[in-house]
Amino acid sequence: MTTGVLNPSHYPARRAATVVQHYLNTRYGSPYRWIFLSKVHSGSAEDVAEMRKYQLELTMQETISNVSGQCSAELLFPGGEGQSAPQVQASCEGLLQSNTTAQEEAFYQQHRASNNMVSGTDIPDSYGHMEPNMKPFWHLGGVASSFIMLRESNESTLYNMAQVANFTQLETEKDQLRFNYHVLLHEMISQEIIHWKLLVTWSPEQGVKVLQSELQPKCHDCEAPPNTTN
Amino acid sequence: MKVLLILAALSVAVIGKETFEGHQVLRITGKNEFQHSLLKDMAEMEHLQLDVWMEPIDLSTPVDIRVPFTSLQTVKAFLETEDIPYSVMIKDLQVMLDEEKEQRLSAARATEPRTTDDYDYTNYHNGDEIYSFQEMLVAENPKLVSKIVIGQSYEGRPLNVLKFSTGGTNRRGIWINTGIHSREWITQASGTWFAKKIVTDYGRDAALTAILDNMDIFLEIVTNPDGYNYSHKTNRMWRKTRKPNPGSSCDGTDLNRNWDAGFGTAGSSGNPCDQTYRGPKAHSESEVKSIVDFVKSHGNLKAFIDIHSYSQRLMYPYGYTATPCNDQRELHDLARKAITDLASLYGTSFRYGSVMTTIYRASGISIDWSYNQGIKYSYTFELRDTGRYGFILPANQIIPTAKEAWLALMAIMEHTKDNTN
Repeated sequence: MTTGVLNPSHYPARRAATVVQHYLNTRYGSPYRWIFLSKVHSGSAEDVAEMRKYQLELTMQETISNVSGQCSAELLFPGGEGQSAPQVQASCEGLLQSNTTAQEEAFYQQHRASNNMVSGTDIPDSYGHMEPNMKPFWHLGGVASSFIMLRESNESTLYNMAQVANFTQLETEKDQLRFNYHVLLHEMISQEIIHWKLLVTWSPEQGVKVLQSELQPKCHDCEAPPNTTN
Repeated sequence: MKVLLILAALSVAVIGKETFEGHQVLRITGKNEFQHSLLKDMAEMEHLQLDVWMEPIDLSTPVDIRVPFTSLQTVKAFLETEDIPYSVMIKDLQVMLDEEKEQRLSAARATEPRTTDDYDYTNYHNGDEIYSFQEMLVAENPKLVSKIVIGQSYEGRPLNVLKFSTGGTNRRGIWINTGIHSREWITQASGTWFAKKIVTDYGRDAALTAILDNMDIFLEIVTNPDGYNYSHKTNRMWRKTRKPNPGSSCDGTDLNRNWDAGFGTAGSSGNPCDQTYRGPKAHSESEVKSIVDFVKSHGNLKAFIDIHSYSQRLMYPYGYTATPCNDQRELHDLARKAITDLASLYGTSFRYGSVMTTIYRASGISIDWSYNQGIKYSYTFELRDTGRYGFILPANQIIPTAKEAWLALMAIMEHTKDNTN
């Protein structure tokens, strides 16, 4: 394991920085706010007891407004056996500048009444296309996936959400919009596509939460989700 | 008036789905003023959710109204009670829309381009369409382009290589391949664009002309045609070949772990169910063996470039070992120049370095093999993006991605021309 000053172009810093990205999305993400790693400026790693501690200086970008911000982050990857999630602390400047309140509120009001349940499949589709009204659900899927990606990350993984296979809106409960999501995650080191089913809630006040998550069994010759013509 | 109240009373809750299943379009011909005014009132009843397609101008013209499924019984009962003649113009609107859409799509597919000038570079194409493109390109540029079939895929598809040459005998050559991993659609699309770019720029662009006046370019666009077909028809995320693995229910080998360079060591998998399964032995896959045989028999290739997506990187050997390759310094400097040129177009930022340090340990990869064969300028690209869309890059990014990558390729090709003999 690399220890000491990290080369920002090399993979150890990059993987740790992506974990910070997932963390920021769990904290701040919404149907109108989705954050991605832009650049690693510097980093260092050290062994602390049985754990691995990283310190990073990063630029993150909010992908809808294109606003960037500088972030300082500290991560702890647990050592030894067991699979507990990394712990992250991060503070960013300027990243959350974009005012998403109006859009979030409008989206929330539009979908909280129960007489018009929304659903979608293959977002984006094979050609990278999605209907404009599906975009916030794509963002929401990405943010929800971040909870799983954060939890599952270690120094030998690099996760991205590859696609929302499908989502279905459920009855609003306790003022939270609720959805079942089936997402495809891409893990870069193994190159595997990992399927997860998530029960997701969101409201402007409470943010995104994942109430339940279920790993889907690896299917060897996965059929494309329904609605894809063969 | 009593009848209209019945209509109002028979209101049904609107389901609110955006589909027209079961909706019918009725053509109604009111016989007199009274009937016309009844129709007008009916159309205005909100709970029926009627959608007037064609208003009656006068007594003789009919009114066409779309009637949602839930209102059909009510409306028809009303029309029959009032003795207003009607006919069903469209029996199920959704069925008709679906058929129309299918026709449009198949018309779009069937409208084949007749020349490489009317080929749609802004879209993704299936394997057959790319094969047709290759035929057209050769037919249009017989002096510059020829097609070499270097072998067959597992399922029997031809492995086509386009040779761009202005003559000479066994000149120094540059090898470029795209699509070794089938789900990386931006690469096959970019490869197609590169092919057209070469024929367009020869004789017009001084740098490209100088390259082709001295060297040949070999371009294999669909390096994994079986996987590509599978990614279109069945599983968009398929990466490997489609050859079954004996004793396993899992198919396919990772073509970029199948090369004889550190084959079988850490950085590839021995499990046929894994995405990085290396195969039973080095060069077990015909898609790899064909390239190996071609490269060895050519004997004069000076650059070998294997193009992937995603993550925006330009990398040189090695992946299977941390030992720096002998030409590390030069390859590193050239990579820096190439990605600087790439960034000059749209500001797209690529990282660069050896495979091992930049992305991960990977064994049995193409460029480690080609480098160990003595092909110094061995590079692998990872094109756009960095994870937002990943493998499913929107088609409107094909041309910008290809254009910027081309600048990096030009830097590598020019340096190769100037530094080899």
